Amino acid sequence: MEEGGSPPSLKDLENRLRRARARKPHEGPKAESSAVGQAFRIAAELVSGLLVGLAVGWLLDRWLGTGPWLLITFFFLGAAAGILNVYRATKGYGLAVGYKKREQPTDEDEGELK
Amino acid sequence: MAEAGGHSPLEQFHIKRLVPIDLGGVDMSFTNSAAVMVAAVVIITMFLTMSMRRGTLVPGRWQSMAELSYEFIANMIRDNVGSEGRRFFPFIFTLFMFILFGNLLGLVPYSFTFTSHLAVTAALAVVVIIGVTLVGIVMHGLHFFSFFVPKGVPAVMLPLMVPIEIISYLSRPVSLSIRLFANMMAGHTMMKVFAGFVVTLGAATFGVGGIAPLAMNVALTAFELLVAFLQAYVFTVLTCLYLNDSIHLH
Repeated sequence: MEEGGSPPSLKDLENRLRRARARKPHEGPKAESSAVGQAFRIAAELVSGLLVGLAVGWLLDRWLGTGPWLLITFFFLGAAAGILNVYRATKGYGLAVGYKKREQPTDEDEGELK
Repeated sequence: MAEAGGHSPLEQFHIKRLVPIDLGGVDMSFTNSAAVMVAAVVIITMFLTMSMRRGTLVPGRWQSMAELSYEFIANMIRDNVGSEGRRFFPFIFTLFMFILFGNLLGLVPYSFTFTSHLAVTAALAVVVIIGVTLVGIVMHGLHFFSFFVPKGVPAVMLPLMVPIEIISYLSRPVSLSIRLFANMMAGHTMMKVFAGFVVTLGAATFGVGGIAPLAMNVALTAFELLVAFLQAYVFTVLTCLYLNDSIHLH
């Protein structure tokens, strides 16, 4: 028991480390910042869609010389894109902007298996 | 008391030319912003090489910090992109460390926060988005453009949906750069505003009034440290997600 004392303690340490690591990402700075961070993120998504729509419309109008019409059209398209961005950002988990909801097996698996 | 107004909270964002360089009419001056960028690169290189110089099995403090940052990004890529993303590790790691150290160096008094300039963050975001698009085109050829055709949409709606999708895609670098720049700029402005309160309120009330804003500034400094890490993390995670989108088309 005396000589065998050090290997189990190392294993024990590793287990504790793993448990601590599995716990940390869930209640780390993420949870605290989620309200402000989320709000900021959503605002940026909404505004950037609108900005890009306006820029595209303005440039196309200048290039084609078609009055304010494309600017107006792309204003609405940009607004739609902004709302789409927000929808995707809020629908997905955490920070995903992608199309599909990515399954998130890694965190749970590590918690269960190891 | 009135002379405190001479220092604007926005003065910290001024670009100063340290070494004026003029290349054929283009201003290529070495500025304070560029100096901090060079400092960031030098410090990152020193941090990583010197802490890993004596690689031991049981890491010391510096080595475990370097290993932690490596593992952090490696896990982030594995979780968000999958094993195909391993090839892009050097780029994403560089991006993360550069933004993180830019944010952190900006917290050093008398330093300059280059991530608080839209020109810098927009350049980073444009590099990311062009790179991600090229990766998608190289991996999928012209099939990549099916990305802009959402699934399950009736053909009548496509003339409306495709432009919206394209605008949504183009808005990615905009939101990516605005988020980082606005967070850093807002945080640093707020710190300077409260620091100004310390002087003006303190002078008006024989030092008593300066205590509350000073305490607020201490709290803000801690908060800014959190924001520095968080924004570097967010920028990198979103890069990973965009990379994932163009590697695995829907």
